[in-house]
Amino acid sequence: MSASLIAVRELSKVYPTAGGERVQALSRITLDVAPGEFVSLVGPSGCGKTTVMRILAGLLGGYTGSVVVGGRALHGPSRDIGVVFQDANLMPWRNVLANVMLPVEVLGLDRKAMRPRAEALLRLVGLAGFERKLPGELSGGMRQRVAIARALVHDPAILLLDEPFGALDAMTRDSMNVELARIAAEAGKTVFLITHSIAESVFLSDRVLVMSSRPGRIVDAIPIELPRPRGLDIIAAPAFAATVLRIRGLLEEGGAPATVTLAH
Amino acid sequence: MSPEAAHRWRRRMAALLPPALFLAAVLSLWELAARRLGLDPLILPAPTDILAQLLAGFRSGLYPVHLGVTLLQAGLGFVLAVAAGVGLGALVARSPLLERTLNPFLIAFEAMPKIALAPLVIVWFGYGIGSKVVLAAAIAFFPVLVSTILGLRACEPGRIDVLRALGATPGQIFRLARLPSALPYIFAGVNVAVVFVLLGSIVGEFVGAKQGLGTLILYANENLETAQTFSILAVLAALGLLLHLGVEALRRRLLFWAEPVELPRA
Repeated sequence: MSASLIAVRELSKVYPTAGGERVQALSRITLDVAPGEFVSLVGPSGCGKTTVMRILAGLLGGYTGSVVVGGRALHGPSRDIGVVFQDANLMPWRNVLANVMLPVEVLGLDRKAMRPRAEALLRLVGLAGFERKLPGELSGGMRQRVAIARALVHDPAILLLDEPFGALDAMTRDSMNVELARIAAEAGKTVFLITHSIAESVFLSDRVLVMSSRPGRIVDAIPIELPRPRGLDIIAAPAFAATVLRIRGLLEEGGAPATVTLAH
Repeated sequence: MSPEAAHRWRRRMAALLPPALFLAAVLSLWELAARRLGLDPLILPAPTDILAQLLAGFRSGLYPVHLGVTLLQAGLGFVLAVAAGVGLGALVARSPLLERTLNPFLIAFEAMPKIALAPLVIVWFGYGIGSKVVLAAAIAFFPVLVSTILGLRACEPGRIDVLRALGATPGQIFRLARLPSALPYIFAGVNVAVVFVLLGSIVGEFVGAKQGLGTLILYANENLETAQTFSILAVLAALGLLLHLGVEALRRRLLFWAEPVELPRA
């Protein structure tokens, strides 16, 4: 897979603890994400998936192995990656549009030229007409939509999401997942999603990487053959349930149970 | 009147009416007590006498001159205190080494009653407005410093992650996340500082000055003009209230997005 957009080879990360011990957070992780692919990394809490995310986002160094994004070795944050965190982390003093424009300011892009794009992205995430609202006036789901638009505004090839809907209630979470699938397809982005929900990963992905903990390693990669576009009714399909159970089995072999819920 | 305007009017009245009635009741009782009980006006003059002094003081131009001096001292002290407090706070919040180095001295200086510096400050900076500005700034500096450090620390790490993931420089992170996140805290410090600069200014005048409302209080007291003393106290109370309301109005304009922050009392 030389055409990988993300290529991780033998990635290991060790954290020193307060007691002077060393904790192996990641052990020899190797993964590839092809252009246009939707890949999920699923695993239990504390398995090191957030460490993978922080390394890819350029927020964490001190690892061994190689990380190549868009053909270039990663040294710090890459403009090819737009990140959506667990919390929307909007700036509460900026209105919705100004929040989406934040990357434009940081990267020193032409504000005037980028503004229509920001407005178009707000339409894409279903927030047309909310440009002048403050984050405090929005629901949790809406705030996370703004965060997605913000992550896309400087047109990165990759959208990196870390448990983006983890803080939302189950029903909002399901509808946000449907939205995410649509947004990723319409924006034509490569998506790397980190989640602890098996059902969420199966519902959204072309491929699911199963991670297990202590040390964090990838135990298998499961291709998801379900047809697209997928609606929530696909949860009832036997193929869906079979895939979820297969991944669940892999996780239990790895020694840790994970959540299976979609539409609780 | 539109329904919204009428609503606003009613809310304003509901806020203003009880304290206004209370003030009127206290003043009436006071007036009655002063006139009927035959209290010595040297001890407790009647409110109407105080009001007469107040009007006379403003009409003669005496009060405006001294008010101007006190206000100028407080204003300059305020600017100095906020600039130094936010500036040093930003440096300290950025450098753990600087914080470890300075922390014992900051605590010691904060614990010391700054008013005790007044005689020395007069020796150093003279009887003019300079010494009062310095004293006002020295007293008001700490709440601004402490609230700035607290505020800059309180910035949610997630906001900083968003910027770091975009490759933002430390300067951009400060400008786009840390400083705005700290503003509600800084304003809580500023709200205290605005009262403290007035305190510093008056204390400085007590210790040694040619002009200012504090000087005027000393004169009035020496001449046993108790009504005049009271009238100047009224001016100071009104001034303090106005400054507080000014900061509050500014906070509401600037920090429309934030809940007000209560500072832990040192």
